[in-house]
Amino acid sequence: MIDWLNNLSDAQQFALFTGVKILAAFAILMTMVAYIVLVERRVCAFMQDRLGPNRVGPFGLLQPAADGIKAFFKEEFTPAHVRKIYFFLAPAIALMPAILNLAVIPFGSKIGNQPMVLANLNVGILYTFGFVSLGVYSIVLAGYAANSKYPFLGGIRSSAQMISYEISMGLSVIPVFMLVGSLNLSDVISYQAHGLFSWLVFKQPLAFAIFLGAAFAETNRTPFDLPEAEQELAGGYNIEYSSIKFALFFMGEYANMILASAMMVTLFFGGWTLPGFGLDQTATTLPGGIAHVAIFLAKVFLFLLLFIWVRWMWPRFRYDQLMDLGWRRFLPLALANIVVTAVVLWMKS
Amino acid sequence: MIVERKKLNLWERLYLPAIAGGFRVTLRHFFKRKVTMQYPEEKWVVPEGYRGAPYLVRDQDGNTKCVSCQLCEFVCPPKAIKIIPPGPAGRLAERPNAEKMPLEFEINMLRCIFCGFCQEVCPEEAIFLQKDYSLTGTSREEMIYNKEKLLTLGGTVGGVQKWKHKLEEAKEQENFPVKV
Repeated sequence: MIDWLNNLSDAQQFALFTGVKILAAFAILMTMVAYIVLVERRVCAFMQDRLGPNRVGPFGLLQPAADGIKAFFKEEFTPAHVRKIYFFLAPAIALMPAILNLAVIPFGSKIGNQPMVLANLNVGILYTFGFVSLGVYSIVLAGYAANSKYPFLGGIRSSAQMISYEISMGLSVIPVFMLVGSLNLSDVISYQAHGLFSWLVFKQPLAFAIFLGAAFAETNRTPFDLPEAEQELAGGYNIEYSSIKFALFFMGEYANMILASAMMVTLFFGGWTLPGFGLDQTATTLPGGIAHVAIFLAKVFLFLLLFIWVRWMWPRFRYDQLMDLGWRRFLPLALANIVVTAVVLWMKS
Repeated sequence: MIVERKKLNLWERLYLPAIAGGFRVTLRHFFKRKVTMQYPEEKWVVPEGYRGAPYLVRDQDGNTKCVSCQLCEFVCPPKAIKIIPPGPAGRLAERPNAEKMPLEFEINMLRCIFCGFCQEVCPEEAIFLQKDYSLTGTSREEMIYNKEKLLTLGGTVGGVQKWKHKLEEAKEQENFPVKV
């Protein structure tokens, strides 16, 4: 086996290992999507003095499987009044940005000789933002395709919201890259690999705060979940969908959440590094490499818990408050942060 | 009425106090005792006087109390009860102090609305709404309970002395319009 591996050419090895990594990363992402739904339901139940789903399997651990089977076997109903092409296209796009963004996230240092990142792009963050902005299309198209008023309102809200917050989000991370001096996400992590206080959350707390707020808005989570405001929009952009198409929107939302958490961990919380345990540098051993992946996943999980916690804690923002916060608070703050960081860096040099 | 809206100060407008308050409340509830009842394992205590499924009962000697008078059948609003009396030349009752007993007594539990009229109207105190509230079956036929099943489920209601009750009721009637 080892001989056979060593006899392969570099290109063949690259293709083989990348394929394996893609499969593993995708499987982990999908498992996390399935289980984060369960975690959300359980956590929300506990916060409401209930127990939540605990019947399927021990502690309800097989609930995601049951949900999946249900979603597949439900009747897939296409209403007569929808715009067919867009109606089919929208759920397909829903999951796409998250999966594509997975490619540039460094989810570990090294296992063996393989770097734990699918594509070590030099413009990783630009790639990310490019695909994150595609995420709005699934919602807008769903709202447009449904051809009825509530989904349409949901779609409109979502496009306005996403466009406003994407600007703040993009501007908020510019200081990070001014400090790091590279757009490569692996470089961002190696910059943070010098103890706890080299983490960028301590160097750029304002940037983190804005990024966090914008991430909530980008993933349509409470307090910014206006596109799917159940109370006033009867469900929002996905009303007309049923069965697995609906489930795809649902999965897309959670996959986006996971990717947003992964981005925050990478940009501000040191990625796979853990200061104080000698786990700061690129792993040389197999257990070290696995530990790094585990650390990364644990950090992502903590952020996911924050997302869930916030959802069951706060009421939704009013639409004008949302716009006000995006354009009149976050945007000037992000711009000021860039200027201040630039001035400080210029003074230092 | 115009409610004066309080101006928030800067500290409040930063949302930080609200955020902290939200975290505190949710965290407290997270660790609170849960109110969920794990139903099939845990069950609630059925209170006295609960109107569950109507069943036929036996007296203290194990005899069927029903005398097939059909009052419950007539009073039943959804017509869930069906009684087949023995007829003029039918079998006599198995117990003393009764002329006849039903050949068959059926209650369709799908129709029954648990109103309790049958219990109220029964002169023999032979049918009671008991504490069963979860009746299940896999077919409509299965939900029609026959006499045997109703008697088994109903059990014995001991200590019921209908003539004593009737006497008490009659005595109350005597001084009914309360004389001052």
